[in-house]
Amino acid sequence: MPLRLEKRAERSSTMALVSPLIAIALTLIFGAAVFASRGVDPWHGLYVYFVEPLTDEWAREKMIVKATPLILMGAGLALAYRANVWNIGAAGQLQIGALFTGLIPVYFSNWQDPSVMPAMLLMGVIGGILWALIPAYLKVRFNANEILTSLMMVYIADLVFDWLVRGPMRDPQGHNFPKTVNFVGWQTLPHWGDIHLGALFALVVALGLGFMTYRMLKGFELLTLGSAPRAGRFAGFSAQRAIYFCFALSGGLAGLAGASDVMGVSHQLQTPYSTPAYGFVAIIVAFLGRLNPIGAIFSGLLLALTFLGGEAAQTSLHIPDKIAKVFQGVLLFFVLACDTLVYYRVKWESRK
Amino acid sequence: MKKLLISAALAAMALGGTQAHAADKLKACWVYLGAIGDMGYTFQHNEGVKEVQKELGDKVETVYVENVPEADAAGPIERLARDGCKIIFTTSFGYMEPTLQVAAKYPNVMFEHATGYKTAPNVSTYNAKFHQGRYVEGQIAAKMSKTGVAGYIVSFPIPEVVAGINSFMLGAQSVNPNFKIKIIWVNTWFDPGKEGDAAKVLFSQGADIIVQHTDSAAAITVAEQQGKLGFGQSSDQIKFGPNAQLTADVDNWGPYYVRRLKQMLDGTYKPLQSWDGMAEGTVAMAPFTNMPDDVKAMAQKTVDDITSGKLDPFTGPITKQDGTVVGEKGKPLADGDILGMNWYVKGVDDKLPQ
Repeated sequence: MPLRLEKRAERSSTMALVSPLIAIALTLIFGAAVFASRGVDPWHGLYVYFVEPLTDEWAREKMIVKATPLILMGAGLALAYRANVWNIGAAGQLQIGALFTGLIPVYFSNWQDPSVMPAMLLMGVIGGILWALIPAYLKVRFNANEILTSLMMVYIADLVFDWLVRGPMRDPQGHNFPKTVNFVGWQTLPHWGDIHLGALFALVVALGLGFMTYRMLKGFELLTLGSAPRAGRFAGFSAQRAIYFCFALSGGLAGLAGASDVMGVSHQLQTPYSTPAYGFVAIIVAFLGRLNPIGAIFSGLLLALTFLGGEAAQTSLHIPDKIAKVFQGVLLFFVLACDTLVYYRVKWESRK
Repeated sequence: MKKLLISAALAAMALGGTQAHAADKLKACWVYLGAIGDMGYTFQHNEGVKEVQKELGDKVETVYVENVPEADAAGPIERLARDGCKIIFTTSFGYMEPTLQVAAKYPNVMFEHATGYKTAPNVSTYNAKFHQGRYVEGQIAAKMSKTGVAGYIVSFPIPEVVAGINSFMLGAQSVNPNFKIKIIWVNTWFDPGKEGDAAKVLFSQGADIIVQHTDSAAAITVAEQQGKLGFGQSSDQIKFGPNAQLTADVDNWGPYYVRRLKQMLDGTYKPLQSWDGMAEGTVAMAPFTNMPDDVKAMAQKTVDDITSGKLDPFTGPITKQDGTVVGEKGKPLADGDILGMNWYVKGVDDKLPQ
């Protein structure tokens, strides 16, 4: 083998910053190849996909709307992953959050004063937390692998959501179509253009978690438990409490993402759930953002762009919208692959 | 590297430039649920668009987006509205809310939503009396079935679908009062895998004829493989079931699209709620195949009677599943009763999701 990986003496901080850029560049090259294979001029394809959405005020607003849930979830997941707590189930926590939020307009449709808005947001957070605490409990009590359990809970959430929206929560005037009544008045979030209040939550949450991670004892505790569990225990930090904390935090934020999504964008629950696969894309957001809650702001915007680009490619290039998923998947692949460079150095070996 | 970037930017600009379109053309746009190659529902809408191109030629520029999921349709619809479309046809029931949302933001763009019930000053609805074709199919099924059981694959329990089931059943009962149907809800409009699986299950449960209210040709393909019979959906699917397809209820959207766009061009366009059937040519039957001549003659007579208005599938009195009776003797149900239908006729062995 002419190529050899050599372990670095210490983590390369240059590479930690450069590797996501390399990953993005590789993704673009891959994208160009995909476009070429579909008979689309690669430059034009990349332009439509990644640049055109940014040239339009309208599309920039849409990007922020799509980035909102991604940042909320990505920031929470980043911290959890840092603490070595692997919550893969944000998609389900988001959906249950949205479901809890919907309970109020469905069953208390007359509740129309300013108090209903925070109440609905709170319901979303509670829903997300409750759903996330299930894998946390299974981990602490039975040492069940949280990657598997939290992932499984996504499918359960999906079916619970589907069942309720198709059945008891269905709009009686909706001609049997599986959706709830529309949320109206105070049951929706205020908005500026397309951007709704959730965008502000996302910004505050990401900055707040960033501050907590690097400036507060709780952050230090979680980072320590994540990188050196034994040292953490000697310092008196409880690994079990950290598991509960991380799941509740990331689950609650996923619930908030779901609440602000249905209150700010779709204004109703519809099955199949009315948003793209935010929950899984948020995992990419966390990694691309260097598992730093503040980094999630930037990576969230980039991943939001891939959704918009997918739509643009669909309308003007007639490429299936699945292309967005391909880009997202490939991006994660390259990000993880390039992270090798943080700890290893690539050496060319001449044959002797 | 720098050179590369510059050439990239130039290429992008050049390509962006060629995107401009002739301003004097009427830009008409369509949003499709499936792919135009689905050989069913979306395919038929696109056939309608082709008719527009043939009839109106260079007065109209047509644009379509395919594979737009119902739950996430607002983005693509809004993109079309921003792109200069003057009229946008959204062709699936689930596009109703997104269509209304976008329409409220673009009052100067006209929207036409297929098969829905909510309107706005710039949102029309258009629909077809699909149930008329179902009645004919029910009669044929009752004649052709050996087991006396048809399998029925359905999407969502909305009135259009329920009316289709009822009309099929009434047609079948007019031939064989003991005819039975088995129903599977697949909860999707377009998922060839699920549709095909449902067909296999229904055949294994004793049905020997398949009907569907979903958008692909999967069911008729399964019928062909298993040597069973079935009906094409939305489009003539004879090439997927040369030995299986009895007929198909074909949606002809072309005349409607041409009419509406002509109205746009000469300034007589007004929002409306349209519901055409066999008389207007919007609902048609594919050639009757794989059946004896007497069944063909019966089916053709029914088609003629529905077209002339002599026969209405929902002529009272009709006994509901729960035993109550609706409709006066000899009189058809009111349009509103059919457009809001949420009950089964007697003999349907299924519980309507309530």
